[in-house]
Amino acid sequence: MRPIIVALLCALALGAGGAGAREGNECIVAAGTVAPDFGLPHVARAIEKKKLDVAVIGSASSELTGPAGTNIAYPTSMQEALRSLLPGVAVKVTTYARARETASEMEAKLPRIISEAAPALVIWQTGTADAIRGVDPEEFRVALDDGVDQLRAADADVVFMNMQYSPRTEAMLAVTAYADAMRFVALKREAVLFDRFTIMRRWNESGVFDLYGATRTTNVAERVHDCLGRLLADVVVAGARLAPAAGKGTD
Amino acid sequence: MSLPKPGDRDLRLDLFRGLALWLIFLDHIPDNVVNWVTIRNYGFSDAAEIFVFISGYTAAFVYGRAMREQGALVASARILKRAWQVYVAHIFLFAIYTAEIAYVAHSFENPLYQEEMGIFDFLQQPDITLAQAMLLKFRPANMDVLPLYIALLAGFPPLLWLLLRSPAVALGASVLLYALTLHFDWNIPAYPNGTWFFNPFAWQLLFVFGAWCAVGGAKQFSAVIRSPITAAAAIAYLAFSFCIVLTWYIPSLEELVPQWLADWMYPIDKTNLDVLRFLHFLSLAVLTVRLVPGDWRFLRSWWLRPAIVCGQHSLEIFCLGVFLSFAAHFAMVEIHQGILMQIAMSLLGIVIMVATAALISWYKAIEGRSPRSRPGPPGATLVGGGV
Repeated sequence: MRPIIVALLCALALGAGGAGAREGNECIVAAGTVAPDFGLPHVARAIEKKKLDVAVIGSASSELTGPAGTNIAYPTSMQEALRSLLPGVAVKVTTYARARETASEMEAKLPRIISEAAPALVIWQTGTADAIRGVDPEEFRVALDDGVDQLRAADADVVFMNMQYSPRTEAMLAVTAYADAMRFVALKREAVLFDRFTIMRRWNESGVFDLYGATRTTNVAERVHDCLGRLLADVVVAGARLAPAAGKGTD
Repeated sequence: MSLPKPGDRDLRLDLFRGLALWLIFLDHIPDNVVNWVTIRNYGFSDAAEIFVFISGYTAAFVYGRAMREQGALVASARILKRAWQVYVAHIFLFAIYTAEIAYVAHSFENPLYQEEMGIFDFLQQPDITLAQAMLLKFRPANMDVLPLYIALLAGFPPLLWLLLRSPAVALGASVLLYALTLHFDWNIPAYPNGTWFFNPFAWQLLFVFGAWCAVGGAKQFSAVIRSPITAAAAIAYLAFSFCIVLTWYIPSLEELVPQWLADWMYPIDKTNLDVLRFLHFLSLAVLTVRLVPGDWRFLRSWWLRPAIVCGQHSLEIFCLGVFLSFAAHFAMVEIHQGILMQIAMSLLGIVIMVATAALISWYKAIEGRSPRSRPGPPGATLVGGGV
């Protein structure tokens, strides 16, 4: 046990000293293993071509307005992290987030997003709005499945992102059915799942972030999004490395 | 038609219903380490199946006798009165739930969770949501079991009538309704979207199956139930189910599930009582009947009294359990969320459930409504009195 702790501390110390990181890497370590289960071939190809366009589709938890009025949500920090991880590649992240939008409403928007942004990668954050509005989990699952069809046909990889871990509202908001449906679609369609729920729960358990506390400021939210964005960038780069050089883009 | 002969009440029904109520309480507390003891972590089915089956069994047992002795009209009226009581209990729970959610909405603020705060939107339009709640269309999280129970009781009188005349036809009708429901996607709409979480057209199968067992179906098949081949099949299925569930918790094992099996098996649908869940419950029931005989001396010992007394007042204790799970989570959020607190809240909740059940028993005794003060009810036993 002790050598592991020492190693972790060293990693922490090194991480904290690293350039570009706005925050210590405590949250990255506490997130545990966050590795993609499947490759991202279209991302790999885009990196080869030195131009990576990413679209983030999501609801309110993909947006966060800072004190200066700027958007400080995870797509911004992911773009920053991708740029430093992929020197020489033109990385552009476009966010299509809209509060209260369900998975099937997002799925209906996909053709427009594909034609507008021509993304090699779509980060698809969804589930919470469906749970709040009580959408039939089966309808949710079908929307995700059809979405994967559309994105694959448009030569784009997809990374699903599930709901936030929200301890205060947990007894009131039943998200399990939607989280399970998303996991099921991801497995079946060999799409990457970014398990935001588990990551945030680990943060809460290890005390990196206090997710119970009530606050009016965006301090915690800002740090959470910053970490999520950096973790997401790691997953994207690892997924590109995992992908076979060519093919396997579509089912 | 053969109702079981009069005898002592089968305490196993009360015992397992009491245990199911404890499990439902534990499962409804999010982030609780004690959840790990509940059966849903070890197989496909969970406490809901036990609760619905035993409810069907006892409903047929109590009202079947009433229908035979007092006629269909009186028995039907009594069933509908019970459905009304459950409805009132549900609305009472809804009031408590709304009070809690309104408090949290008022006191909690964090920009990180702006999206999750959307669940409080219904407080903005009480005119619609209250009406929808009374119509059982708007049901907040974890408040789905009672509406199911109401629907099952409301539809029970004609079914019971048929069950007493021809159990096989009644069970056949139930299976047919289940099959048609799966085929045509029947369900009751909910508000603001979607359908009932527990589809009554599908879950009636388990309720009717319980009722069918009570009126002699189980006795008829007791040779099959007790055969070693059935037991072996049940054990094999439980083992299979356990292995599959293990892959949900240990993702690295997921690859070991063959693709064809996953394609055929998933999703395992709770809303429509997936056949895999039903089979899992059946396996548990078969083994339970085998391992716990009705005349088991331990059933009368003080050790099992706490669970049995809870099972004897299931509606009250169920409602209390739902309320206590809200309260436990609330205490964990507001005070402390450590493991010791989780264990303490779980134990305290069960102690309160047992104490309340004992208090209700005492009230019934002093008011002369105790089951024992009336002529002994006929023996409702898990295999129809054959034990």
